[in-house]
Amino acid sequence: MKHAGGYIADSRIRAIEWLPWAFALLCYYAAPSYLSLGSYILTMILFALSLDLILGYGGIITLGHSAYFGTGAYVAGIVAVRLTGEPLVGLLAGALAAGVLGLVTGMIILRTRGLALLMLTLAITSVCFEVANKATSLTGGADGLGGFSLLPILGLFRFDMFGKTAYLYCLAILFASWWLVRKLVYSPFGASLTGVRENNLRMHAVGAPVYQRLVASYTISATLAGLAGALLTQTTQFVGLNALGFQLSGELIVMLVLGGVGRIYGAFVGPLVYLVLQDYLAKRFPEYWYFGIGAMLVLVVLFARGGILGIIDAGILRLRRKS
Amino acid sequence: MHAALETRGLCKNFGALTVAEQIDFRLEAGARHALIGPNGAGKTTFINMLSGRFAPSSGQILLAGEDVTALGQVARVKRGLARTFQISMLFKNATVVDNVAFAVAERAGVAWRMLRPARAYREVVDESMALLETLGLTQDARLRVAELSYGKQRLVEIAIALGLRPRVLLLDEPAAGVPTSESQRILEVLDALPEEIAILIIEHDMDLVFRFATRITVLAQGKVLIAGTPAEIAADKEVHEIYLGERHA
Repeated sequence: MKHAGGYIADSRIRAIEWLPWAFALLCYYAAPSYLSLGSYILTMILFALSLDLILGYGGIITLGHSAYFGTGAYVAGIVAVRLTGEPLVGLLAGALAAGVLGLVTGMIILRTRGLALLMLTLAITSVCFEVANKATSLTGGADGLGGFSLLPILGLFRFDMFGKTAYLYCLAILFASWWLVRKLVYSPFGASLTGVRENNLRMHAVGAPVYQRLVASYTISATLAGLAGALLTQTTQFVGLNALGFQLSGELIVMLVLGGVGRIYGAFVGPLVYLVLQDYLAKRFPEYWYFGIGAMLVLVVLFARGGILGIIDAGILRLRRKS
Repeated sequence: MHAALETRGLCKNFGALTVAEQIDFRLEAGARHALIGPNGAGKTTFINMLSGRFAPSSGQILLAGEDVTALGQVARVKRGLARTFQISMLFKNATVVDNVAFAVAERAGVAWRMLRPARAYREVVDESMALLETLGLTQDARLRVAELSYGKQRLVEIAIALGLRPRVLLLDEPAAGVPTSESQRILEVLDALPEEIAILIIEHDMDLVFRFATRITVLAQGKVLIAGTPAEIAADKEVHEIYLGERHA
């Protein structure tokens, strides 16, 4: 189940890897009243996947990934308000803007490591947050940006009030991104990122341009985060300052750790469990729902460092040993 | 003819502490050269300067006649300089074959490729497996490095460096911490290394040094005390006093 990549790893897609997609399509038919929550979950899965690439494979710890998510979200919103309502244009613009920001900021902050890097990622999010907060003519400031409408995707698929189109739109973008991330993880590039994570000094000593490689992975990850942000703007037709807040970055890490880091599918399971549980607990215990989330996280960190997928892996291993 | 590796007046200070002082050193092509000296003599610092991990405070480093003093580690590796580390510096959670393949892929220039799976680069996989075979690690190729015995980890260390196809190889205590039963195996591997590679070895095990090296440089307090053949070093009084003497006292 673990997708570690490397030079002897079998990169073919296993049958079980179609399970999430089958499940997503099943939900589309079985739970039509939950499609807006579903779209949000798919968006956060994409966001978590972008983080997994740099955290799980490259070993870059960041508390500022919402900077790229938010940039994608705002650019998509601004494009819709000022330029065109064509969703794919907004989506590409958002991803591109986030990618450029990822490249520029990555070149600055990836010269550092550890705590200094963590602080710098926080600083970047804070700066982006303040820019969005103050540039009210462009972003709407604290009120957020809304009131725009989107054209049908490619002139064919109209966004409907039940969120059906939005859900499938998110699913399609997530699928394409997953395909790309999976390619990267199993490629020589992905293998070298694992090398950097495992021992960055040694990677230098075998002649690897570690810094350039980290910047490249960071840029790709930022682009995907921007894609996720743009999706959120388009599917909710609104973007607010919380898309840039570092609270979102924190929540993102929680979701990824919950699912399992460095496994690709941890980014699928984590947001799904976290957000469904959040939805359920918020309805059932409106006053205490954060307690449930917190308790779950404590249990995972104490007893299952590999996250939910780590537990499943260990379980399968035990069953095999017994038989 | 240029030396494979040469230093001229190499100095290194950490603040007021001088750890290398005017080191003039030549490693001839194809040499089997040992660098010995008591703890704190500055041997590892010297290697770190040669490999480009530390910049010297002054002096020059020449690789096959080319001044590489200002070049970084990556550029020196590209020019055929590889090193191993005293403390195991492996990719612990990666498989043994990946440990070697990471190095081979960098040297072969395919490590940036993003779209084809790593496994499809047969030349990298095959070369890595062939290296493991020469070191007798074929059986362990699919294990994680952390699962290997310490002696075998030291062999992986050497395999990674060989994956870079070096012309100059710096070995920092390849047998340190290895039980005698396994250190014999390491010596065999060292003996079997291709002749055209110039090797500089730091080692505390004097038996290994005197069996392996054809030339020895003794470093003490950051300075070259003496350089010569093993016989000359063994006969030198001063060396006995400050270094060998410790062992026989």
